Amino acid sequence: MTEKIKVAYWPGCVSRGFTPELHGSMELAADALGIEMVTLDRANCSGAGVIAEHNQELADTLNARTFALAQQTDLPMMNICSTCQGAQSECQERLDADTAYRDHINETIKPEGIEYVKGKDGWTNKNFLWLLVEDYGLDKLAEQVKRPLSGLRVGPFYGCYVLRPKGRLGYDEHPDRDLYMERVIRALGAKVVDYDGARRCCGFPVITMNRETSLRQAGTHVSDAIDAGADCLVTPCPLCHLNLDMQQPEAAKVVGRDLGLAVLHLPQLVGLALGFEPKQLGMPKHIASTLTVEDRVSALA
Amino acid sequence: MAEYTLKVRRYQPEPDDGKADGAYWESFDVELDETLSILDGILQAKNDQDGTLAVRCSCRAAICGSCGVKVNGQSTLACKTKIGEAADEAARIAEASETNGDGAAGTRGSEAEDVARPEIVVEPMGNMPVIKDLVTDMESTHWEKYRRVSPWLMPTGPEPEREHIVEPEAMVDVTQSVACIQCGACVSACLSMEADPDFVGPAALAKAYRFIGDPRDGQQEERLYDLANDPHGIYDCTHCFSCIDACPKGVAPMNQIMRLRRIAGDVHGIEDVNNGHNHELAFVKNIEDKGTLDESLLLQESFAPGIKGKLMPTKRAIKGLLESIPTAIRGIRTGKMRSLPKLIPGVHKKLPGDAQDQVKRIYEHAEEHSTELNLYIIGEGGEEEGAPGGEDVPAAEIAPEPDEPKELA
Repeated sequence: MTEKIKVAYWPGCVSRGFTPELHGSMELAADALGIEMVTLDRANCSGAGVIAEHNQELADTLNARTFALAQQTDLPMMNICSTCQGAQSECQERLDADTAYRDHINETIKPEGIEYVKGKDGWTNKNFLWLLVEDYGLDKLAEQVKRPLSGLRVGPFYGCYVLRPKGRLGYDEHPDRDLYMERVIRALGAKVVDYDGARRCCGFPVITMNRETSLRQAGTHVSDAIDAGADCLVTPCPLCHLNLDMQQPEAAKVVGRDLGLAVLHLPQLVGLALGFEPKQLGMPKHIASTLTVEDRVSALA
Repeated sequence: MAEYTLKVRRYQPEPDDGKADGAYWESFDVELDETLSILDGILQAKNDQDGTLAVRCSCRAAICGSCGVKVNGQSTLACKTKIGEAADEAARIAEASETNGDGAAGTRGSEAEDVARPEIVVEPMGNMPVIKDLVTDMESTHWEKYRRVSPWLMPTGPEPEREHIVEPEAMVDVTQSVACIQCGACVSACLSMEADPDFVGPAALAKAYRFIGDPRDGQQEERLYDLANDPHGIYDCTHCFSCIDACPKGVAPMNQIMRLRRIAGDVHGIEDVNNGHNHELAFVKNIEDKGTLDESLLLQESFAPGIKGKLMPTKRAIKGLLESIPTAIRGIRTGKMRSLPKLIPGVHKKLPGDAQDQVKRIYEHAEEHSTELNLYIIGEGGEEEGAPGGEDVPAAEIAPEPDEPKELA
């Protein structure tokens, strides 16, 4: 057994808002995996790209504050939201690129007694997906599996913000980050369903601006996954979850067909394999019924 | 020299050999140095094996923008993609479509097949009709959208006696969008356009920024008003970053679209009918007040400016709010939204202790400060010197790309 992993944990907003089952299942899964999480309860929203769209310096300062709070714990940071990952990586790229700019931003957060230090002791901010593969390790994950999800057919849905742009998301160092979902699904004993939507956009960012465009994207991907034989989708992004699950009945109207495909959060899929029950993982809270998945899993137990 | 297999998506407009829909896959084995390009491979296949294989190309040096294709699903220029690297990439991503057992694999650009040497998949660009094989109709999509943004300078006021005098620094801002070679790779990759073919799209909107950011142009506000209120304009971009990774010239079209939004909403105060600016303001305010997102409040406030205090609320705002009701009811039914902060907008808790005050303080500072750090100008990850805002720009980066004469002609 390697050293226990300890992280500064940023749950994000949506995981405690409209997808409370995500935060809950992450806590259960982390505990069972032996990942110790120190929650950054003073940290603020990443801005999801929207604050950066309004005022770049404001977004960079807010995220520098979050990074500084994490660095204060002397722990690497972990998030459970692709969108946080993308928005935070964007700000971090700018902060790291220019000393004068970084100093200027640090000046603003200084009154709180904190500072963001570039590359402090190899400090990183990783989505749970990345941490699971790169730091925890798939072999160790497979060892922890109490209930291999044999026969469960899972379609991965990454979310744009952990895929693109590759230049700022660490793909130089970790070129296979766009294959991790498949690897985790297989490590848990489930089958990967290959379908067109895995690396496309869920449409969430334009749901209040162009509902039709947004729901057509979500509906198309869910349709494709159903046609490819999936029992469920799994995603590391709660915003994707909002469009793929919460809006699924609306998306069904736009694409003109019945849908009804369960969409799991990544920690829920991990949790099922670790032996937790669907109810413990908050699956009844989902809008799209998770009964197919529950039936499959109870048949395994 | 090494051997490679190109699996090419072919299409004959008038199939004459009994093939039903005229579209089919054909593999070509080619032999060339790994440092040569996909285009070199296609041309070798055309030269040695089938002269009817159609591809559009000219300069072979990533300047003319003619040879846009998809390689292993990624929109790019055939001449800028090394064949050895493409073969490595094909081998790498094969893992995603492995069926591990009884799987009926779907497709990711290609059908999964068991071959010793992974085939490099070459397809025509997406979001455009195919004319023949790898040649797409760029007129009906790309160029039509491009003309949509009036891609020429429209100065106002008296004409200068001679030329417009512009400070070099003022033009640095548009160099990134000037670098566009109109290859269409971003249009091909655009995920909004897949769902909404009428979306003006990344290439045309990046071009719009090229003129809106140009100090000589006098129609900035009119251009922005038009693109903000078009339901298929700047607020139809779904922020997926596909165009950024597809662009062979580093134009980062999505970044230009976000700058258009910023100037439209925050500089010109354009309240668009798509609720784009309202949504942005509601989001920004929400975090100032609460630190983390109050989703119920965000939803209400995104539409509220179209309703609150108005005798005649905008139809769009009422529709937006009404459309979100069934989703909310479903959320309450499953327990997802069954708590006071989620039911009642504004009940959501602030950050603990003085944390919310710290966030407020950062906001107050931002009222006076809004530095934009353009990494295209200062160089990504390139420590450091350059002061915020990107002074000290090397002359080479200011020089316009050869694209300039086309649009001013």
